[in-house]
Amino acid sequence: MASTPVTRDTINPKVLECEYAVRGEIVILAQKLQEDLKNNPESHPFDEILYCNIGNPQSLGQKPITFFREVLALCDHPALLDKSETHSLFSDDSIKRASQILSQIPGQATGAYSHSQGVKGLRDTIAAGIGARDGFPSDPNDIFLTDGASPAVHMMMQLLIRSEKDGILCPIPQYPLYSASIALHGGTLVPYYLDEATGWGLEISELKKQLETAKSKGICVRALVVINPGNPTGQVLAENNQKQIVEFCKKEGLVLLADEVYQENVYVPDKKFYSFKKVARSMGYGEKDITLVSFQSVSKGYYGECGKRGGYMEITGFSPEVREQIYKLASVNLCSNISGQILASLVMSPPKAGDQCYESYSAEKNAILSSLAKRAQQLEHALNGLEGVSCNRAEGAMYLFPRIELPKKAVEAAKAAKTAPDTFYARRLLNATGIVVVPGSGFGQAAGTLHFRCTILPQEDRIPAIISRLTKFHEAFMKEFRD
Amino acid sequence: MSKSLDYENLNENVKKCQYAVRGELYLRASELQKEGKKIIFTNVGNPHALGQKPLTFPRQVVALCQAPFLLDDPNVGLLFPADAITKAKHYLSLTSGGLGAYSDSRGLPGVRKEVAEFIERRDGYPSDPELIFLTDGASKGVMQILQSIIRGAHDGILVPVPQYPLYSATISLLGGSLVPYYLEETANWGLDIGSLRQSVAQARSQGITVRAMVIINPGNPTGQCLSEANLKEILNFCYQNNVVLLGDEVYQQNIYQDERPFISSRKVLMDMGPPISKAVELVSFHTVSKGYWGECGQRGGYFEMTNISPKTVEEIYKVASISLSPNVPAQIFMGLMMNPPKPGDISYDQFNRESKGILESLRKRAHIMTDGFNSCRNVVCNFTEGAMYSFPQIRLPPKAIEAAKSAGKVPDVFYCLKLLEATGISTVPGSGFGQKEGYGFPSANHHLACGGGHARDHGQFQEIQRQIHGAVRGLPRVLENVRGEVVKQKKASAAVYCWDFYVTCCKNFITNYC
Repeated sequence: MASTPVTRDTINPKVLECEYAVRGEIVILAQKLQEDLKNNPESHPFDEILYCNIGNPQSLGQKPITFFREVLALCDHPALLDKSETHSLFSDDSIKRASQILSQIPGQATGAYSHSQGVKGLRDTIAAGIGARDGFPSDPNDIFLTDGASPAVHMMMQLLIRSEKDGILCPIPQYPLYSASIALHGGTLVPYYLDEATGWGLEISELKKQLETAKSKGICVRALVVINPGNPTGQVLAENNQKQIVEFCKKEGLVLLADEVYQENVYVPDKKFYSFKKVARSMGYGEKDITLVSFQSVSKGYYGECGKRGGYMEITGFSPEVREQIYKLASVNLCSNISGQILASLVMSPPKAGDQCYESYSAEKNAILSSLAKRAQQLEHALNGLEGVSCNRAEGAMYLFPRIELPKKAVEAAKAAKTAPDTFYARRLLNATGIVVVPGSGFGQAAGTLHFRCTILPQEDRIPAIISRLTKFHEAFMKEFRD
Repeated sequence: MSKSLDYENLNENVKKCQYAVRGELYLRASELQKEGKKIIFTNVGNPHALGQKPLTFPRQVVALCQAPFLLDDPNVGLLFPADAITKAKHYLSLTSGGLGAYSDSRGLPGVRKEVAEFIERRDGYPSDPELIFLTDGASKGVMQILQSIIRGAHDGILVPVPQYPLYSATISLLGGSLVPYYLEETANWGLDIGSLRQSVAQARSQGITVRAMVIINPGNPTGQCLSEANLKEILNFCYQNNVVLLGDEVYQQNIYQDERPFISSRKVLMDMGPPISKAVELVSFHTVSKGYWGECGQRGGYFEMTNISPKTVEEIYKVASISLSPNVPAQIFMGLMMNPPKPGDISYDQFNRESKGILESLRKRAHIMTDGFNSCRNVVCNFTEGAMYSFPQIRLPPKAIEAAKSAGKVPDVFYCLKLLEATGISTVPGSGFGQKEGYGFPSANHHLACGGGHARDHGQFQEIQRQIHGAVRGLPRVLENVRGEVVKQKKASAAVYCWDFYVTCCKNFITNYC
């Protein structure tokens, strides 16, 4: 029997099933409009496309942290360290740090595959950084450095999901890496709904309810995904809430998958980031009590180094046999990129008070974080001023997730165009203003509600223009479709 | 408390998958290294780990891209040549925000264009940048493509035996079926179409739909370069059987003989003209990890799709977008590899010198290793035509096989562990790559894979090779001379060390088990 060519009908159905709206149809349209503008700057009622769909800070003007880039450049080209002229171009601290890092890499060979979990010395640094952050020690052998946090998430899904009978509890709304990864690995997403009315609160009663419902359908729930600070919702969990979650996972025997990539993005004085590991350990729970995976990345925070693909997962509470399997999975890809590994170690162990470069580093860091907080506030305020729009405050992360009430006529027009209403709105917004957002349906939302996710990342001086364009568009849209 | 994640309730596919390159031998070697023993890792193609230096020019360019504020510094010319500065500016202009921004999920359009232009220069046929996706190493690309193809256990992928175990591991993880086709060791690891057809027929009789065929050219671990005739046969086979050809061509720069230069599968396909050139689905893979670049740690690679249906390309793009983008520094390495310094450029002489030096040395070592293995009793080794490995066949005596059995080990694993403990040389047992079952001799067919990238001192190496040639008779005297040389030279080459102990080990092993 002859084979079939690889057409849409014959490719892996799990590939067909999975979706990822962050770079989905609205973005594809935006790229087309951008091409149009390149060929004819007059072709649309706006000068440029503003990508507010993706947490990609440096693509919108955020500058990298100078110290980090100095160290990385020196590690990329270690021959520089032998030259006396280097001191006139690089800070002393960066030379010192680069030398120290290179001494941890066998042969100073940053072009060699490392240990599949990442260079040992860098893991030591990261473990020390985690320990300093939490007040509880971290074991470098628990750390797996990966090309961004996403591959680590995929690894865990691969491990956990045996068939569609295995379920993973995920927040709704969620960052669609989770839904996509679960689909790719053939599992079942078990949703738990965050409560918009209480600032996207996570209720344990909701977790329990969804768990029972899944069980009654014959689904074996394996893990609970918590994104803290939240994406797209931006809420920072209260410590008490985290304790409840830890108790829940312990009691139900669930692996706690803690996506903590926005741990450095907290904008409100009444909330603080606590890692789930810190919370669990401070409750007296150790490796025997709870299985926990914590994900971190170099893409967010104040460093925003998305293009580097650096990140790690810290795994605790797994048996040695399971750890062996995790190592094996990591080894098939050999190792993550070394430059990203180095960056992860810098992020978890940045300049300290007393270091020569500390002041300038701090200044850069604080400027970025305070600017993010400001922009979050400004945009939230503007969105709340729009008719039919309500927006929870962004306590953390990099996004606003306003809820929009569309008039009936608009919903009907969307239906006629065979589009989801929020996608209809997002497309109209793009065509009128060049602003790219992601429809809420890409993240999941409570039935009957509509949202979109917009980043807070355009530079401060662009925010007024964005607000005014958005406001004009919205007023015109409501006028057109008002009942 | 019942744990959710016990060994018993792990994904079966994960448990089944094996990856010997970093398996038992490597773990044991790492243990010994921690205990302070000097280990020479020849288990993986990792040139920089064994002393090969990175090419200077790309490192200069990427360092500048990493720290763009250097470009504004008046002193930058003291540390970087003008052409590196220009190149850095060029690549930064291709990004939307520098190295720290996610690029297009398929990779920077400007770099993909450079890849397409390289392919066109190499093959003489135009290539479409839209069908080129950059990936975090070629391995990720292989996984993405196999993930698109494999629907379940009834989908089979033809894989050469011996193979680089990424393929078996990935097929296992994805729940597909590996359909082996055997390379013929006595015909210099050649591919026999008859045996290929046999493998397919057998698979089909088991209800397996053969979806794709992997060729590794130059081969890993076997090193053979496929002839144009062979490639034509393969393409015809794929055409007749509606099979996607997956061309792993990551070693295309590593060619150590002149009889069979590298020809890409795509070139041969295009040369064959329509209808076949418009029908056969082909995905070609390349990387910055091998060749004379050896930049394994950057994780840079690409795949190029030919005759893949547009809707399929869309789906592959969608899956790529979930991981957002490949790492940007490696994309720049790829661009530089596609577009290296040209004659007339300031850095050309240095770049040329460094590249030639590496390639010539690799070619020399390919010969030395092959000859060296062949000079050992009970060892037969095909010449390394390409890639980075020797794959000698070890004829283990029956006593050795018995000893392996009682130790609960596969014989070649047993041999490699003994080799490791005696000499510190870490290899990969042939069973990790697959090998044909015994030819009918009492001693089954065993191999080990040994990466050839260690020599720093070629004069020394050649001397030892000469001496080893007479090894069987004059072993004790040879070893004394070799040790004497090692002591004399302050900077003893790792290879000298390697050969000294290897020869000792061979002698001891055979003495003990014959």
